[in-house]
Amino acid sequence: MTGQVFVLVEADEQGAIEVSLETLTFARSLGGELHAVVIGSSPSGLLDQLGAYGVEAVHHAEGDAFTSYAPAAWAAALVAAATDASVVTAAGTSRGNEILAHVAVRLGVTMAANVVAVDSTDPLVVSRQVLGGAAMEELPLADPVAVFTVAGHACEAQPTPAASSPTVAPIDLTVSADDLRARVVRTEPGEPDESGSLKSARVVVGAGRGAGSADGFKDLLELADLLDGALGVSRVVTSLGWRPHHEQVGQTGSRVTPDLYLACGISGAIQHWAGMSSSKTIIAINNDADAPMVTKAHYAVIGDMHEIVPAINDELRRRRSA
Amino acid sequence: MTDVLVCIKRVPDLGGEIRLTADSMSVDDSSLGHTVSPHEDCAVELAIQTAKDTDGQATVLTLGTSDAVEQLRTALALGCTGAVLIEADPVSYGPADVAAAIAEVVRAHEAAGTSYDLVLLGNDASDTGDFQVGIRLSYLLDRPVVTGVSTLSVDGGSVIARGGSPDGGTEIFEVPLPAVLTVMEGGVEPRYPSIPGRMKAKKITIDQVTSGLEPAGSGRIRLKLPEAQPNEVTILGEGPEAAKAVVDVIEKLGVLK
Ligand SMILES: Cc1cc2nc3c(=O)[nH]c(=O)nc-3n(C[C@H](O)[C@H](O)[C@H](O)COP(=O)(O)OP(=O)(O)OC[C@H]3O[C@@H](n4cnc5c(N)ncnc54)[C@H](O)[C@@H]3O)c2cc1C
Ligand SMILES: Nc1ncnc2c1ncn2[C@@H]1O[C@H](COP(=O)(O)O)[C@@H](O)[C@H]1O
Repeated sequence: MTGQVFVLVEADEQGAIEVSLETLTFARSLGGELHAVVIGSSPSGLLDQLGAYGVEAVHHAEGDAFTSYAPAAWAAALVAAATDASVVTAAGTSRGNEILAHVAVRLGVTMAANVVAVDSTDPLVVSRQVLGGAAMEELPLADPVAVFTVAGHACEAQPTPAASSPTVAPIDLTVSADDLRARVVRTEPGEPDESGSLKSARVVVGAGRGAGSADGFKDLLELADLLDGALGVSRVVTSLGWRPHHEQVGQTGSRVTPDLYLACGISGAIQHWAGMSSSKTIIAINNDADAPMVTKAHYAVIGDMHEIVPAINDELRRRRSA
Repeated sequence: MTDVLVCIKRVPDLGGEIRLTADSMSVDDSSLGHTVSPHEDCAVELAIQTAKDTDGQATVLTLGTSDAVEQLRTALALGCTGAVLIEADPVSYGPADVAAAIAEVVRAHEAAGTSYDLVLLGNDASDTGDFQVGIRLSYLLDRPVVTGVSTLSVDGGSVIARGGSPDGGTEIFEVPLPAVLTVMEGGVEPRYPSIPGRMKAKKITIDQVTSGLEPAGSGRIRLKLPEAQPNEVTILGEGPEAAKAVVDVIEKLGVLK
């Protein structure tokens, strides 16, 4: 592809977030001149980081309109910067999908969410995740500007050997009052929660309907603790109110990629599988030998989890004290 | 009095395995049950709560074939008081087409002298996952839109919407009504239908409309499934006696502290 490729970069205090770096890597593979758009405060060191990923020009929107998040205003800034773009993209985060949908409407084009691969560049055809990642859709992007987001883990973030020193230019625009109608008026910090550790845990103990009741999690929590891991649950568990939603794994919960996922009393529905299929090793504990989770796992134990989990805990404690 | 329109989409309940139709254009749902996205379940719950709290109405809408009446009836059984079926084959509709068809219904309602103060949708449909119908709709109606909303409350002429922020905290928006909100699972627990609810739902007439628009379609070329990874599961044993073998595997993986 030729022409300018624009990437909306999300950053925190440490710099660009990992999925934005993946998106820069993905975008670089399209060829063309790589541009980055940064909105709001820009952490020190970000410019060098973007240069290391091959960005040639950085467009920065700052000022009153961008001090708190307003999706339409952010989209307006991206559109104002990308007047000559042939591609506008961002990571498939909640911000990325939201802002790029706004951008697509403003440009009068299609938006493809969660692209994982480019199948051909002329004409541009992409593959994108559908059904929560369980299947892919081939979709042409035939508009003059291709607008899409890149799914997490679609590629590995990789700096370019040919690092550049990007130019920096402010984005010149006046944000309309309409574009500030929806704007964050207040934020509240998250509870110091266990689901933060769920996403980064090396071991996740998964629990489903087989847990039986809200009181059925004592042994599972102990197992998670013995393995220095986190508890993750199925949707049945959260919708019955047994455990909070932030512990849910799957299409409408967290995606986890631990070294070990121990699925206890979980049938292995597509939507749960979508959230944990990238686990390195999966052990299923289930009283039904034909459950999809059992047939798709690497290892399985058949039987009642209420007998098996305490026995595993005993064995772990025994070996630890030995 | 807040009148709420909530948009749901009938999708196959997939279970453990996906099969595609012979032309690879859709999921073969001939042997599957159907449902709506959990996000939309929560949107319906919020619509019913908001209508109750403000003495307003909750109307459920879907664009789909006549089979989708099943999903409309469920929403009516939960407490929605009106239902609209835009009868069409959703497969031939892209996200921009769906938004346009919903906008037509909203405008027709306005032309009749009433207004849906709030339009609720799911954050993303569980099959196509386009993440955009709500946003497209907001532009067509010239209304503000907030996505990823987990709870909401109507306060006079505005709505306060809360949702997750990228850093794990909460973001609070306050937008003037009328507005469009897309809902994400996690803030409310959808209720279950009661028997009297189901009885009442049967008596409600579903407003069947057709769209005057020619859909442009989504452009889909085909669906693809990831190559099935041949898997040979190792059964470590049955019952608690297998605990030793489990811990052996865990030890071998090197994940023990
Ligand atoms: C659009 C959509 C999105 C969804 N998103 C998610 C999501 O994000 N996450 C998610 O998890 N689900 C999601 N679901 C729901 C999903 O389809 C399944 O309904 C859910 O994952 C099933 O949960 P489960 O395995 O705990 O329950 P079940 O399917 O009921 O399975 C329970 C399992 O436990 C076993 N069992 C029972 N008792 C015992 C015992 N004593 N010992 C050992 N084993 C026992 C049974 O054999 C069975 O295999 C979604 C659904 C839809 C339609
Ligand atoms: N055919 C449809 N009928 C009614 N609502 C729909 C339809 N398709 C999508 N929606 C709504 O738009 C939301 C987002 O869909 P999407 O942008 O396709 O991911 C869904 O969660 C629904 O609330």
